[in-house]
Amino acid sequence: MTVVTWLLRRLVASVAIIIAVVTFVFILIHVAPGRPCAGQNEIIDPAICERVSHELGLDRPVVEQYWRYLGALAHGNLGYSFSLRRPVRDAIAETIPFTLQLAGVALVLDFVLGLTLGIYQARRANRLPDVILGNITLFVYSLPTFWLALLLLLMFGEKLAWFPVGGPNNPVLCPLVDSAYCFGDRLWHLVLPAMTLGLVGAAGTARFQRAAMLAVASQDYIRTARAKGVSERRVVLRHQLRNALLSFITRFGLALPFLLTGAVLIETIFAWPGMGRLAFEAILTRDYPLVTASALIASAIVVAGNLVADLLLGVADPRLRVRAARDLDIVTA
Amino acid sequence: MTLGTWFALFLALVLAAECVRVLRQRGRREERWRRFFRQRTTSWGLGILAFLVIVALAAPLIAPFDPNRQLDIVHLKNQPPSWTFLLGTDVLSRDVWSRAVYGARVSLGIGALGALMAVSLGTLVGAVAGYYQRWVDAVLMRGVDVGLALPRIFILLMAVALWDGLPFTALVIAIGLTSWFGTSRLVRAEVLSLRQQDFVVAARALGAQTGRIIFRHVLPNAAAPIIVSAALGVGNVLLLEASLSFLGIGVKPPDPTWGNMIADNAPSIYTAPWCTVVPGLAIALVVMSLNAVADGVQDALDPHEREPA
Repeated sequence: MTVVTWLLRRLVASVAIIIAVVTFVFILIHVAPGRPCAGQNEIIDPAICERVSHELGLDRPVVEQYWRYLGALAHGNLGYSFSLRRPVRDAIAETIPFTLQLAGVALVLDFVLGLTLGIYQARRANRLPDVILGNITLFVYSLPTFWLALLLLLMFGEKLAWFPVGGPNNPVLCPLVDSAYCFGDRLWHLVLPAMTLGLVGAAGTARFQRAAMLAVASQDYIRTARAKGVSERRVVLRHQLRNALLSFITRFGLALPFLLTGAVLIETIFAWPGMGRLAFEAILTRDYPLVTASALIASAIVVAGNLVADLLLGVADPRLRVRAARDLDIVTA
Repeated sequence: MTLGTWFALFLALVLAAECVRVLRQRGRREERWRRFFRQRTTSWGLGILAFLVIVALAAPLIAPFDPNRQLDIVHLKNQPPSWTFLLGTDVLSRDVWSRAVYGARVSLGIGALGALMAVSLGTLVGAVAGYYQRWVDAVLMRGVDVGLALPRIFILLMAVALWDGLPFTALVIAIGLTSWFGTSRLVRAEVLSLRQQDFVVAARALGAQTGRIIFRHVLPNAAAPIIVSAALGVGNVLLLEASLSFLGIGVKPPDPTWGNMIADNAPSIYTAPWCTVVPGLAIALVVMSLNAVADGVQDALDPHEREPA
C-alpha cells in the first residue's frame, strides 16, 4: 500500500461524499415550499411566474432537473443564479477571496495565540497564571461569536472609533486593493471581524493544546529525556510539543471548515461580502443553483480539511502511516 | 421588582446551593463522586445550572412582569437598570429581567431537548455500527461521513427559512437530526474496543441477547464520553439556537429566547447595551457551567485519561 493508492481511495471517497451532500441539499431545497419567482413579499403575476419557471426548467420533474444539474456539474458548470442574474461561478469567484482573507487571518490568530497560550499554560499547570488564563479562555470560548462581534463593534468601532464598523474597504479611496495603502486599508477593515473569529477559536485551541501537552507530560519518554539531561527547552519543544501536535493537527482539520462556513454571522454583522453571506441570501431568495453550489463548496472544504489533516498526521507520526496501510489491507482483503 | 419576586429569587438561590450541598455530602462516601467534585469549578457549574433550571421552571414567580407586555412605550423604553426594572427595559419597553427569565425556559429547553435527541441518536447509531461491524458499520459510517460534511447551518437555515418559521418542536427535531454525527463516531470507537473485552465475550458466551449486551454491558462502560458529549452538546445547541435567532429565523417573536433577545436588541446596542449584554452573558454562563460539569464527569468516570492534579 503506497501513499498514492491511499490518496486515490480517499479522493474517490471524498467525491462520493460531496455528491451525496449535493444530492441531499438539492432534494431538500426542491421539496421545500416556495418558489424562486414568488419573491419575498412582492406580488408577482402568476402568468409571469409560470413563464419564468418554464424558462428556468423548474416545471420539470425534480429527478430530471437533478440529472440535468449533475450533467452540468460534470462539465464544471455550476449553473446560473436566478437572483443575481449571472453565472454562479462568477458570483462565487468574486466572494471567495473575501472569505479566504477573513478565514486566513482568523486562522493565523487562532493558532498562533492558541498554541502559545496552551503551551504557556501547560508549563505552569495549576499555578496562578494557568488558573487565570484558564478561566479567561473558558469564558471567551463560551461566548456566542456574534455577541462578541457586537460588543467589539460597540467598543472599538463606535465608542473608540479605532476601526471601521463594516465593509471590506474604504469605497472612496480604495475600491480595489491596488496599492500598499489600500492593502493596509483592507487589513485595517479585517481587524474586527478576524479578531472576533480568531479570539473565540484561540480560546478553544488554547484549552485543547493545554490538555494535549499535559496528557503527554506524564509519558515515560519525557521522564527519560529529562533523566538523560536534555535541556528543558528541548524537552518541551522537541519531545512534548511534537507529540502534542498530533491532536492539534486533527483540530486544525476540523477548524478549517468551521472558519469558512461558520462565518455567516460574522460576515453579516460586519457587512463582509463573503461566501457565507452569499449563501444566506441565496437561501432567502430561493436561488436553487447558488444554494447547491454553496453547499458543494462548503462540503468540499470539510472533506479537504479532513484529508489535509490526515496527510499531515501521517507526516508527523510514522506510526499512523503503518496503521493506515494496515487498515487498507484489511479493507481490500 | 416586588418583595415577592425578590423572595422567590432568594429562594431559588438557596435551593440551588442546597442541591449542590446535598449532592456533595452524599458524594463523600463514594470514590466516583469525590472525584467528580474534586475541582471547585464543578460545584459552581452545577450550582449555576441548578439555579437557572429552577428559575426557568419557576419563571412566573420570579419574573415581575409579563415578558411580552409593552409596559409604556412612550415613557419606559430603554430604561437603564434600576430597582423597578432590575436589568432595564428594551426598545419596546418590555422588562429585560422578565424576558431573560422566561427566555431561559425556551433556550434551556431547546438546548436540553436538542442535545438529548442528538446524543440518543448518535449513541444508538454508533453502538449499532460498532457492535455489528461489517456492512452495517460500513453503511452507517459512510452516512455519518456525509452528515459531517453537510454544512449544518445552511441545512438548518434552509429548513427554517423555507418552511417559514418552524414551531418549537420542529426546531428541536431539526437541530437534533443534524447534530448527532460527531457523537456517533465517538461511541462507535468506544464500542469497537469494548466489544473485544472479556466481559462482553463472556456475556455473549452465556447467550445474552444482542440488545442486552449493547445496553447493559457495552454502553454503561462508554458512559464517560457519552455524558461529556451530551453536556457539551447542550451548549452547542444553545449557541446554534442563538445564531439562528440572530439571523431572524429562530423561535417566533414575541416569545423571548436569549438568542432573539440579542438579535432584537442589537440595533439599539449603542443606546441600551444592557438589553444585549444580559442574554449574551446568560448564554456564556450556561456554556461555561456545562464545560465545568463535563470536566467533572470526565474526572469521575475516566480517571486514567486525566493529568495528575
